[in-house]
Amino acid sequence: MNKKTTTHTALKVNDLSIGYRNKNEITVIAKELDFQLEHGELAAIVGVNGIGKSTLLRTLGNVQSKLSGSVQLDGKDLKKHSPIELASTISVVLTEPLASKNLTVLELIALGRQPYTNWIGRLSETDKTKIKEAISMIGLENLKHKKCYELSDGQLQRVMIARALSQDTSIILLDEPTSHLDLHHKVQILKLLKHIAHHTQKTILFTSHEIEMTIQLCDKILIMNKESHDFGEPCELIQKQAFERLFPSDTVTFDAKTGSFKIKK
Amino acid sequence: MENTTKYKTSLVLLLLALVVCFIVNISLGSVTIPFKDTFNAIFGGELTNDSWKYIIWNYRIPKAFTAIFVGSGLALSGLLMQTLFRNPLAGPFVLGISSGASLGAALLIMGTALFSGVFAIGIVNDLSLAIAASIGSFLVLLVVVVVSYRIKDTMALLIIGLMFGSITAAIVSVLSYFTDAEKLQQYIYWSFGSVGNLTWSQLLILLTIIVLGAILSILSIKPLNALLLGENYARSLGINMNMARYKIIIATGLLAGGITAFAGPIAFIGLAVPHLTRQIFNTTDHKVLMPAVLVYGAILMLICDTIAQLPSSANVLPINAITSIVGAPVVIWLLVRKKKMIF
Repeated sequence: MNKKTTTHTALKVNDLSIGYRNKNEITVIAKELDFQLEHGELAAIVGVNGIGKSTLLRTLGNVQSKLSGSVQLDGKDLKKHSPIELASTISVVLTEPLASKNLTVLELIALGRQPYTNWIGRLSETDKTKIKEAISMIGLENLKHKKCYELSDGQLQRVMIARALSQDTSIILLDEPTSHLDLHHKVQILKLLKHIAHHTQKTILFTSHEIEMTIQLCDKILIMNKESHDFGEPCELIQKQAFERLFPSDTVTFDAKTGSFKIKK
Repeated sequence: MENTTKYKTSLVLLLLALVVCFIVNISLGSVTIPFKDTFNAIFGGELTNDSWKYIIWNYRIPKAFTAIFVGSGLALSGLLMQTLFRNPLAGPFVLGISSGASLGAALLIMGTALFSGVFAIGIVNDLSLAIAASIGSFLVLLVVVVVSYRIKDTMALLIIGLMFGSITAAIVSVLSYFTDAEKLQQYIYWSFGSVGNLTWSQLLILLTIIVLGAILSILSIKPLNALLLGENYARSLGINMNMARYKIIIATGLLAGGITAFAGPIAFIGLAVPHLTRQIFNTTDHKVLMPAVLVYGAILMLICDTIAQLPSSANVLPINAITSIVGAPVVIWLLVRKKKMIF
């Protein structure tokens, strides 16, 4: 697909605070977030439940507002993007269920072209090509006329990724793309994401609880902790003993040699 | 996207069916008029009986047009609501708009009699009834818009709509306890719904309201399609959700409110027609569904009206009863066939 040649960092986050603002009350979920992702990188956000992984993802996707700090996409501030500009820069795959499962796979993937279509949503030849490319990249030719309620969880997840692909953005954000899937399908989805990132030069950032898999597959990992956050390549993070701090040591311990967690007996 | 020609053919066939239903509808009625004379009356030929021409032009044709507008408008408003509220059971009644209209009508018919005694006699005519119903539905719409601005949750809106229904029912029963039988009967007749008795000028007002609603709906096709994914996805696709929500709610209010004002509350058309259309066209794309729903609604309403007429008899059944008898089994059939209702 199209390779955007740019000197800018795809996603740059500086001293970001995230959380919720309610009239006079500000609830900070996480602060002092600093990291940057280049084009073509696959990155994961890991951390315990409630640490703010999804909130971070939603803030980056402009679903909710940041509290302070800066988020830059290709060198331009997130808030300076118009809705349509943003829609052609960032696509999302969320955990929320589809409003209508009566859509066919093809219809659903075609909806990814909305930022580019005219006022009534007519698909141009370019749109149709992009849709075909997304379908063939994920390998959905056999499923394209099926209704979404006929699909398994793993198939539906792949369809949602295809929809994000057809939106043709430089960044794709995914919220827990592997939850509810078995081991085989988890690996399948993560390998697919890696393939997409490396072949299309898209930046892919997702939240996950599959720490061991992300160590093996991701280019970068952001570990969110209460006090501080760690960001870097998996090997660096292992050396820094960053994974040891992730969980209380009386339940699980991290084995740096194998890159896996052991249950403390 | 490959089925465009198939959709166009289906739509043309549906339009033909609509024309047939229209002619059948106006050729049947309490007075038996031969088919040849009906045909002549429409196309300006010679008639054997002059009063037949009067019946057809001033009674039957306006009634058929009312049925078409009412059916199309209600079906369209049902489609808008089902998508906006992500709820397959949504229809014009759910927002409380029909209830608001009913409340307006009830207060006018029974309230005036109760509070102003002699003064009220003669005030209640068709026009004041339409105005009262419009005010009622408009006020409910205002509340809904304000609430939708403060509460982003669409389920909460549905519940508020239901509460309006309960309030209306409660006030009506309190009022009916104190009013005389004649006024109560007038209200009950209004609540049966009717597509007859509209003059050409009233018909023009109704048409204007429906065209406005339809234009707003057409402008909302893209957001409506995006909403099939959910609100957050729609936003991520660059849709201005607040704007879209206002457009859709106002379109719904115009359609459902305007129709209820002129024809009374009419059940099931708004709920059943969108489901039927999705079944037959097998798509969720609003570009295809919108014209199809308009034509289907018109056809179903014409058929219901033809049945309600009880051809060749002087009796007229309440149209609301017929739409329920036709509509409820459709909904049940869809439930049984599909196991669960999806939209």
